[in-house]
Amino acid sequence: MATKKDKVDVVTVGVGWTGGIIAAELTKAGFNVVGLERGEDRSTEDFQMIHDEYRYDIRHGLMQDASRETISFRNNPDELALPMRQLGSFLPGSGVGGAGVHWNGQTWRFLPYDFQIKSMTDEKYGQKLGDEYTYQDWGITYDELEPYFYKFEQTAGISGEENPKGAPRKNGYPTPPMKSTPILNLFKEATKNMGLNPFQMPSANLSENYENPDGQTIAQCQYCGFCERFGCEYGAKSSPNVTVIPTAKKTGKFELRTHSEVVEVIQEGGKATGVRYVDVYSGEEFIQPADVVVLTSYVLNNTRLLLQSNIGQPYNHKTGEGVIGKNYCYQILPGAAGFFEEKKFNTFMGAGSLGASVDDYNGDNFDHSDLDFIHGGSISITQTGRRPIGSNVTPSGTPSWGPEFKKATLKYHNRTLNVGSQGASIPHRNNYMDLDPTYTDFYGNPLLRLTYDFTEQDRKLHKHISGVCKDIMSEMGADIIEEASMDEHYDIVPYQTTHNTGGVIMGGDSETSAVNNYLQMWDSESLFVVGASAFAHNGGYNPTGTVGALAYRAADGIQKYLKQGGGALVKSKSKSSLT
Amino acid sequence: MADEHTHKTDESRRQFLKNSGYFAGGLVGGGILGSVIGWQVDDNAETKGQNQDGNQGGKQDYNRALKFFKNRAAFERLGAATERIFPEDDNGPGAIALGVPYFIDHELAGEYGNNEKVYMKGPFREGTEFQGFQSRLKRKEIFMQGLMAIEKESQNEFNDSFINLEAEQQDQILSRFAKDEVKLKGVKASTFFGLLREATLAGAYSDPLYGGNTNMDGWRMKNFPGSKMSYIEEIESEDFVEMEPSALYDHLH
Repeated sequence: MATKKDKVDVVTVGVGWTGGIIAAELTKAGFNVVGLERGEDRSTEDFQMIHDEYRYDIRHGLMQDASRETISFRNNPDELALPMRQLGSFLPGSGVGGAGVHWNGQTWRFLPYDFQIKSMTDEKYGQKLGDEYTYQDWGITYDELEPYFYKFEQTAGISGEENPKGAPRKNGYPTPPMKSTPILNLFKEATKNMGLNPFQMPSANLSENYENPDGQTIAQCQYCGFCERFGCEYGAKSSPNVTVIPTAKKTGKFELRTHSEVVEVIQEGGKATGVRYVDVYSGEEFIQPADVVVLTSYVLNNTRLLLQSNIGQPYNHKTGEGVIGKNYCYQILPGAAGFFEEKKFNTFMGAGSLGASVDDYNGDNFDHSDLDFIHGGSISITQTGRRPIGSNVTPSGTPSWGPEFKKATLKYHNRTLNVGSQGASIPHRNNYMDLDPTYTDFYGNPLLRLTYDFTEQDRKLHKHISGVCKDIMSEMGADIIEEASMDEHYDIVPYQTTHNTGGVIMGGDSETSAVNNYLQMWDSESLFVVGASAFAHNGGYNPTGTVGALAYRAADGIQKYLKQGGGALVKSKSKSSLT
Repeated sequence: MADEHTHKTDESRRQFLKNSGYFAGGLVGGGILGSVIGWQVDDNAETKGQNQDGNQGGKQDYNRALKFFKNRAAFERLGAATERIFPEDDNGPGAIALGVPYFIDHELAGEYGNNEKVYMKGPFREGTEFQGFQSRLKRKEIFMQGLMAIEKESQNEFNDSFINLEAEQQDQILSRFAKDEVKLKGVKASTFFGLLREATLAGAYSDPLYGGNTNMDGWRMKNFPGSKMSYIEEIESEDFVEMEPSALYDHLH
């Protein structure tokens, strides 16, 4: 029998960027918030031994424990899904701060085109892709989101400079761009020569010491090269742990409960009234009642908790009906590697978002009239700190072990550069999430089942953008250039990116989306589902900037909801079960 | 018979040393294990650039014992296999001199070998090549089985122990595992070989605290300075910056 706790105004499931933002904003507005986090508490002082590639990068020290909880996976609906027995393709975080601890910090605003992708594409080109591609507008415009983007950038202190092809900004970045380096300069010169528009990548590794509007301080980045998959021992990478979580704590209205794993959202009379969770140490069950329940537990768990709790209509890929689990997207990663025989670069130095980019091939910044795909991607060079276990690059044709392998990996370790793109991922009818019929987690609940493969759209985008990357690498003067190619199918094994999106998507119509533009569920007015789960497709950038903006938007929505005493904040275009 | 046996052992040992690249270096004294795998290597005047007072260089390095393997033969075989994956060459030490076999032994005894963070619930099915690791076996069981199969293959193919084979012959055996031309129970031979390869590289390049990367020589070969606190002074440098590496040890002491 679960023990019932005292009711609070708001409970969040997970305490990373999104849970932290909700907690900070709602407690500042005077509401009581409880944050339930399955993992441990941690912050800057827990990262003193962080410069350990084996422990944190190779053995995934900060990541979700797959022995307790994972997903099952198959490439298409006709296959048998099998469990992802160890982490590989993507790395969900665990513990306070979530993936916001081990992210690189590349912080972008999605383009205006992203939010109105269907209407803008149709208007300019007519129907570009077949009906099996379920891309749709997000139910909000860039202009409506612009202030929330800025709010997130101010909280995180983002360092950056003007992007001539990016989304228009009303304000500059809170801090100036990071230092440029010979690697970045080579890219900038080459792309300039090609008539493109290079700029320094917007970064959450800060160029200088900074105090955010909430009074939290973030230190200057030291370019130590241990960012991606690591926490920052200087507090120089913006994370929830050094910004929104201490802000929430400072109000005295936030209670953080760690080792508390939520297993069910409780729904009564068409409304979420609280959550059931397990104390991971004692095994005891508790119910935390709340006026507002906010799912802030990453794309995969947001989707799974709704399915597990029977909230919202599960997506059916055969009929196209239902919304929960729909429009799962990933990130398409075109690129080109360049090997330099005569030049050695300081690739071991760097920072997670030390980079230079061009946006000339992102969104609809280039004409697609004669192309048979939509969208594109930002193209960047980064200097994130190359490490010796994980990186053993050789020109293709080199054996993967033995004397030649050793020789080549030593030679090229500091003589190889990569130009790569965060390519947009467009949803497809057969790419979705539901519950696995066979495999269960530590608590006996069904695993989330992922059905995903690359599409024709993905392949065409990949080929086109990889060609551009190859041209850039050629202009940069590499001696050997190798264009990236796509595997026959999406493979769950090699690390690609932790940019999973969709499953609880936002939109203007309750028939085709799960949440409105405040991320309030159409089918449960007291339930807000926050994160990249709301993305109707994935854009041509790293997602966190847009996740942060949506979280601030949701925080506004929750305040409105609590102040007005309930009700739907947006009216659906078609009839909603609420109206 | 006794003489013959001794003779064979000496030959084998010489072959092993030759394969390992130590023969030409004139390494003397000690048993095979003592001289080739282990701290005594550090006594060798030919071993260049090693700090005898480093955190693993001292003679009293009690970490260099076995906590997973139960007998020398399997451990030697492991060492010989890792040495073919990452051999000694003009650039510097190979897997054995870097302590990689100790690294793997220690890892197999702990979280890694016991699959503590791997989802191990059944049913177990083979799956497609895009669905990843599906074995019911723990990594420590895969290594034990794989190393036994290496010996069996060597006996079948060359009528001799793996550690006695010429380098080319050893490569031939290992290639058969890499290409799935050998059958193991409950796991593909290529999965075992992949684990062996990854563990070898991890042992060569992880922080010396794990027992490999002796004296940070793996890092030196790759011009990787290890665990520096800051590059803010060097990040804009036009030239390649070479510096002495440092390890996590320095963060605590």
